[in-house]
Amino acid sequence: MTETTRQPQGTVPGQAPMIRAKGLQKRYGAARGEGFTAVAGIDFEVRPGEAFGILGANGAGKSSTMRMIACTSPATGGSLDVLGLDARTEGARIRARIGVVPQDDTVDVELTVRENLLIYGRYFGLPKAEIRRRATELLDFARLTDKADERVEALSGGMRRRLTIARALINEPEIVLLDEPTTGLDPQARHLLWERLFQLKDDGITLILTTHYMDEAEQLCDRLVVMDGGLIVTEGSPGGLIERYCTREVLELRFGPGEREAMTDKARGLVERIEELPDRILLYTDEGEATLAAAHARGIVPLTALTRRASLEDVFLTLTGRTLVD
Amino acid sequence: MTTHASRSLVPPGRTRTVPPALHEFAYWLHRYRRTWRGTVVLNVANPLLFLTGIGAGLGTLVNQHNSAALNGLSYLAFLTPGLLAASAMQTAYIDSAHPVHQSVQAKGHYWAASATPMSPVDIYYGHLLFNIFKVTLSATAFTAVAAAFGAVDALRAPLVVVATLLVGAAFAAPSAAWAVTAKRQPTVLAVLRFGVMPMFMFSGTFFPLTQLPGWLQPVVQATPLWHGVELCRTAALGTGTVAGTAVHVGYLAVLAVAGLLLGRRTYQRHLHS
Amino acid sequence: MSAVVGPQVSARPGPALRSGGALAMVERNLMIYRHTWLLLVAEIFEPVLYLLAFGVGIGGLVGNVPGLADTDVPYAEFVAPALLATTAMNGAMNETTFNLFNKLKTNHTYESILTTPMTVRGVALGEVCWALLRGALVTVGFLVAVTVFGLVHSPLVLLVVPGALLVGFAFAALGLAVVTYLRDWQDFQYIQLAMLPMFLFATTFYPLDVYPRPVQLLVECLPLYQSIELIRQPSLGEFGVGLLLPAAYLLAVGGLALLLAFRRLGRTLRS
Repeated sequence: MTETTRQPQGTVPGQAPMIRAKGLQKRYGAARGEGFTAVAGIDFEVRPGEAFGILGANGAGKSSTMRMIACTSPATGGSLDVLGLDARTEGARIRARIGVVPQDDTVDVELTVRENLLIYGRYFGLPKAEIRRRATELLDFARLTDKADERVEALSGGMRRRLTIARALINEPEIVLLDEPTTGLDPQARHLLWERLFQLKDDGITLILTTHYMDEAEQLCDRLVVMDGGLIVTEGSPGGLIERYCTREVLELRFGPGEREAMTDKARGLVERIEELPDRILLYTDEGEATLAAAHARGIVPLTALTRRASLEDVFLTLTGRTLVD
Repeated sequence: MTTHASRSLVPPGRTRTVPPALHEFAYWLHRYRRTWRGTVVLNVANPLLFLTGIGAGLGTLVNQHNSAALNGLSYLAFLTPGLLAASAMQTAYIDSAHPVHQSVQAKGHYWAASATPMSPVDIYYGHLLFNIFKVTLSATAFTAVAAAFGAVDALRAPLVVVATLLVGAAFAAPSAAWAVTAKRQPTVLAVLRFGVMPMFMFSGTFFPLTQLPGWLQPVVQATPLWHGVELCRTAALGTGTVAGTAVHVGYLAVLAVAGLLLGRRTYQRHLHS
Repeated sequence: MSAVVGPQVSARPGPALRSGGALAMVERNLMIYRHTWLLLVAEIFEPVLYLLAFGVGIGGLVGNVPGLADTDVPYAEFVAPALLATTAMNGAMNETTFNLFNKLKTNHTYESILTTPMTVRGVALGEVCWALLRGALVTVGFLVAVTVFGLVHSPLVLLVVPGALLVGFAFAALGLAVVTYLRDWQDFQYIQLAMLPMFLFATTFYPLDVYPRPVQLLVECLPLYQSIELIRQPSLGEFGVGLLLPAAYLLAVGGLALLLAFRRLGRTLRS
């Protein structure tokens, strides 16, 4: 972390990707004949120093993809190179050079905070003195120095997550994988975590993260893919995706019970795209206030009207639908 | 008083109400439906194993030696009622302390139960009732196996089951009352290891008290299990005296009632704090 | 710094992890036992209880053990080595069943360990090594207790320690293989259902000739019977070729169980 140099973001011609997946597949239970396909053949590349997001609803294939990159779960089809090494055959060598922050904090609850870092370093075969030095630095980085000698049981959710991140950095990885890094954290803990992740990015570490939170993806990711049903449905930068799939603003009109259908009919033609929800309608527009004025002119009287900037969440729901996935 | 409070919360129109504690009993019974097969196998297999392995197997050696300490009794006939009492203690402790401790942890069942009209005392009674139900099951299974084995007189078997039940209640009530206050799971295990197991080994279950050094004998006689073992053994062999039986029954009954009173307080304090 | 940024094959070779990190696994467990060493003391307590109850209490009812080559072996001296073997067995097996199940299913400890260069084999081997070490440690503790009770007459009894290591190995590997089949905590009662009869019938409390010959053959197949033989013979002063069979048996059982465990764990942990 301390010795890596700042690297340029984005593509540099001739620069080898950190990760390259081609036709990558993951099928579970294939041997027993009852299998299901979690990842159905995806292509993507991750460039050095970028923060790359994988978005998707539950069951879209994000975690399976992450586990294949981490070489903890073998691909069942296609090819995957990580750091220029073949993930099928070079798993241990790849794992030596990446850091993994799993979705559940799998810190060793029976050990203290510092011991967690010390023993984790030993799993990489690092010399003890070196691990001790790095552990002290990482405790500072994760703002856990005060808690160094406490049992992990005593930590809050945010502290645990920061410990997991510190642990993932003990081998000075070139890539850090984060599976839903801020799920379940309170706003303060989330912002502190984002700030730490920005610092990693500044240090030139390549980040790959999955998330449910679109604001998080917008904040952190240089580039992202959206997955649905085991496939990549789109790819781009957060801003680029909003531009491609959405208008600049969204006008939300809320109606009383029974009014919505008639009002929707009145609104037709105002904008190119209208989305109907049980209690309100969304009008995708470049000028929210102007559209609202036009709606009033047509005699549409909503209970409330809200103009807001289009977000990645709109893109996501547009692409993957509003149906609840459990 | 507590039952009155919860009864008033029953929706109007329902005229016949059951004691709320039975809801808690029903909950544990429902859970038991998933696991009863395994426990029944254990309840029959365990005594059978001890009776054959120790009673018959080791009994061969003991009977050959023909020690005066057993008064001419076969080792199997000596061991069986003692083992019955000791198993009742173990079942009562393990099935009370462990699930109670689990239920009072974060995400434990008691927090869901105490969000219903049931009062903490209802929860305690219901859970305790279930534990005594389980002791009854295993004591009946054990006695039936032992009677079939010829290790207990079939005519005296019902009396032995009743005596065993008293042992179970004397251990279940205080165990649950204490376990609801236990902070950590290792504590529950430690009491099993350092309290329950030594009693199991030394309270006259496997050998007569006279085999122990003199200074240790009054210590053993102070333990509840010794009274349980004596009660069950005299019931099985028909050797009980009125005075002796009164002392054993009295000791165990006091323990059960004291546990019950304690449990009312500890449950109230820990579930509605 | 080289001019080309990006991944470089073998720019930083993976650190050498001999045996896939088995040693690191042992180190982890040692680190934990610095906090919980009292548990080991507790584990010695139980066989000591059995020794006192059976050796002293029942010993008086039994007298000297009939049917042995040496006619004046007091009962306590007969039971002690069997309890020693059982202690080694339990010490090792508790680790690879209860504790391992916790790490496997409840705490998901291995999930994060396996994101490092550690391999499944390394983890499995490390756990078995640790379990047999722990079994041996408890056994030595129990041996000290036995000595204090005056049941040891020769320093040759120290030779039971390598025997206890072998017992620990066989049962640690067996436990590891068995634990891969368990679905939840309820399933542990099946282990109990196998262990209790083995404990009661594998000549722990009385010699083999109590049984009729066909039953004797069955009992001789039990791993605990062979373990007890391996420890009881030298404890009663018999050193000879009679030790080869139990030793070979336990090595074979342990080896096969370990291979099975490697396969099953690989399938579970790297799905």
